[in-house]
Amino acid sequence: MIVRLRPIALIAALLLLWQFAVTRNPIHILPTPWEVVKGIGDLLQHGLLLKYVVASLFRVTWGFVLAVLLAVPLGLVIGWNRRANMAFNPVLQLLRPISPLAWIPLAILWFGVGDFAAIFLIFLGCFFPLLLTAINAVRGIPEVYINAGRNFGLSSTALVSRVLFPAVIPQLIIGMRITLGVGWLVVVAAEMIAVSSGLGFLIVDARNAGNRYDLVVAGMVIIGLIGLLLDMGMRSLEHLKSLRWSYSED
Amino acid sequence: MNSLAEPKKWEKFFWPVLATALFLALWHYSVVWTATKIFPSPLDVKKGVAELIHKKVLWRDIIDSLRRVAIGFGAATVIGIPVGLTLGWYPAANKVVNPVLQILRPISPIAWIPVAIILLGVGDHAATSLIFVGALFPIIVASVDGVSNVPSVFRLAGRNFGLGPARLLTRVVFPAALPKIIVGLRIALGIAWLVVVAAEMIAVDSGLGYLVIDSRNSGKRYDLVVAAMLIIGLIGLILDSGFRWLEKIKSVRWGFRDES
Amino acid sequence: MVFTRDGKSTPVLDDISLEVADGEFVCLLGPSGCGKSTLLSTMAGFLSPTSGEIKIDAEVVHGPDPRRIFVFQERGVFPWLTVEGNIDFGLFHLPAAERRQRVAHYVKMVGLEGFEKAYPPALSGGMKQRLEVARALAVNPDMLFLDEPFGALDSITRLVMRGELLRIWEAERKTIIFVTHDIDEAVQLADRVVVMSARPATIQQIVNIDIPHPRDISSPRYLELRDGIFQQIGLAHKI
Repeated sequence: MIVRLRPIALIAALLLLWQFAVTRNPIHILPTPWEVVKGIGDLLQHGLLLKYVVASLFRVTWGFVLAVLLAVPLGLVIGWNRRANMAFNPVLQLLRPISPLAWIPLAILWFGVGDFAAIFLIFLGCFFPLLLTAINAVRGIPEVYINAGRNFGLSSTALVSRVLFPAVIPQLIIGMRITLGVGWLVVVAAEMIAVSSGLGFLIVDARNAGNRYDLVVAGMVIIGLIGLLLDMGMRSLEHLKSLRWSYSED
Repeated sequence: MNSLAEPKKWEKFFWPVLATALFLALWHYSVVWTATKIFPSPLDVKKGVAELIHKKVLWRDIIDSLRRVAIGFGAATVIGIPVGLTLGWYPAANKVVNPVLQILRPISPIAWIPVAIILLGVGDHAATSLIFVGALFPIIVASVDGVSNVPSVFRLAGRNFGLGPARLLTRVVFPAALPKIIVGLRIALGIAWLVVVAAEMIAVDSGLGYLVIDSRNSGKRYDLVVAAMLIIGLIGLILDSGFRWLEKIKSVRWGFRDES
Repeated sequence: MVFTRDGKSTPVLDDISLEVADGEFVCLLGPSGCGKSTLLSTMAGFLSPTSGEIKIDAEVVHGPDPRRIFVFQERGVFPWLTVEGNIDFGLFHLPAAERRQRVAHYVKMVGLEGFEKAYPPALSGGMKQRLEVARALAVNPDMLFLDEPFGALDSITRLVMRGELLRIWEAERKTIIFVTHDIDEAVQLADRVVVMSARPATIQQIVNIDIPHPRDISSPRYLELRDGIFQQIGLAHKI
C-alpha cells in the first residue's frame, strides 16, 4: 500500500515545489497550483470548459477518422505491391517530416480560417505516420503466413481478409494510438492559430485578453489529462484478447 | 513478397521517378487549368528556392533552425539518457516517477509555448527549451525500455566475470540497450524537427518555420511558402536518414532484425 | 530449494547432497524442468538456496565469481562485441600484451581462427557456443558450469562439440559440472553422472563411469552403463 502511494507523494512534492517557487518570486506571473485549480473551476462555472473540450475533441475525431479511412487502405495496398512501394516511398519520405503546422498557410489558403482548416491540419498530422505504419505492417508480414494461406487455396480476397488483415492489426492499433496522440498535439497548435474555439484557442485567448495565466496553465493541464485518457483508451483496445497474439509481455 | 516477378534493378529508379514526375505534372497542370493566381506551380517553387538562395536568407534560416535543434536535442540527450538508464536500472524508482512522466508527456510542446514565453521571453531560448521538452520524453522512455529489456543472461554473465556495478552498466547494460536508445533518439529528432518549425512560427523571428509564416504574411508569396516547406521536408529526411545509417553500424545492428 | 512466485511456493529441489572432486567432469542428468538448471545456477551463485549451503574449496558461495564461470547456451555471447572482444571481456585487469596473447590462444583452441573480427550474428550456433566457451576459459577459472550448452545445435554438430569439449577438458583439467537431458551425452562425457528425478528434484542415483577416454560408444561396458541409467529413469527399451 505504501508503495502505491509513492508516485502520488512525488506528484504532491512537485506541486508543493511549484507553489513555493511561484510565491517566493517577486514577479508573480506564473500561477500557483491552487490558482490553476480555481481557474479550472472558473471555466467549469462559465460552461466554457465543456464547450472547448468538445470543440477540440470534435476536430480531432474528424481529422483522425478521415486519416484512418484513407491511410489504412492506401497503406495496405502500397505495402502489398512492391512496385507501388518503390514508386511512392520517396515522395512520402519527403512529405513526412514537414510539420503539419508548416501547412498552415496552405490550409488557410484552401479552407479559410475555421474548422475545416483545423481538421485538415489534424488529418495531415495523422495521415502520413499512419500511412507509413500500414505500409511497414504489410511489408513485415512473415512470408510463411502468406505461403500457408496460398497453400490452403485461399483466393485473393480471402487472403486479404483472413491472413493480411489479422496479421497487421496489432501494429495498426499501436500506430493508431500514437497517431491519435499526434492528432491531439496538432489540434492544440492548430487552434492556437487558426480558429476561435477549443483548448488551444483558450490558451492563446486567456493570455491575450488579460494575461490570465492561471487559465493558460489550467488549459495545459486539461490538455495533458485528456491526452492521457485518449492514450489509455487506445491501450485498452490493444489488450483485447483476440488481438493480443502479437504482444508477448506488456 | 507478392506481385508477379522480382523487380529488376532498374525498376528501383524507374517507379519513383515515374510517380514523382506524374505528381509534379498533376500539380503543374492543376495550377494551369484552375488559372489560380496565388498557388504556385512547381516551376514557381523552383524559382522561389533559387531566389531564397540568392538572397542568402535561406542559409541563415536553415542554420538557425538546425542550431536550435542541435542545442535542444543535445540537451535532451545528455539529460534524458542518464535519467532513462537510471529509471530502467532501478524499477522501484521508475514506478514512482513514471506516472509523472505519463501525465506530462501528452502535453504538446506547443501548449508549453505560453509558459516558455512567460519564463524566457520571445526568442531563441523559448524555442530551444520547447525542443528540449519535446525531445526529452521519447528519449527517456526509449532508454528505460532499452535497459529493462536487456536479457538477464547478459547481466548474469557480466556479474559472473566479476564486473562491479559501474563496469556492468558501461560494458554490458549500455551496449545492450543501445539499439533501442538509438531508435528513441531518431524518433526524438523527428519530433524536435517538427517542434522547431512550430516554435519558429510562433515564438521567434528567424528560421525555416518563420520563413513559412513570413512569406505568406508579407506579400502572400506562396511560392516561397511551398519552397520553404519542401526544404523543411528535405532536411528532416536527411536527419532521419543519418540516424538510420547509424543503426547500421555493426555493433548496434544486431538489435534490429527486420526494419524497413 | 523453494521458489515463490505469485504467492505460490514450489519446491524445486529437495534434499540435495553432492560432493565434487577437483578436476572432475560431473553431469547432472534429468528430464526437462526437473530443476537441474536451478541447481546449477545455485552452485554458480546466481540464486541463494532456501536452506542449506554451497561450499567451494571450503568457502560458502555468496554470489557469482570469475573463478567459476557459467556457460549459457550461445545466447550468452555479447552481440555488440567481435569474437576477440568477447573473449577479451573478462580480462580487464590484465596488461594489454597478455590480453592479446590469451585471446589469440583461445581463438585457436576453440577453432575460430579467421573469425576474430566477426560479430556473433555472422556465426553459426556451434561457433557461437565455442566462442562462449573460449570466453569462459580465457579468465582461467577453477570451475566451469555448462547448462545444456549443446541443446540448440543439430545432432551432428553436437557430436563434434562433445569431442571438442573433452579435448579442452583434458588439456586444461578444470572441474566441470554439465547439465543435460541427453543420457548418451552424459555417459559419453562424464566421470560421474548424477541422475535426478522429476520436480521436486532429488538425487536418484550417482553412476560412476569408469571407461577411460576416448570412449567407444559401441563397447559393451558403455551400453551397460547407459542402459542402467535408462532403467533407472524408467524408460522403455524399444520405441
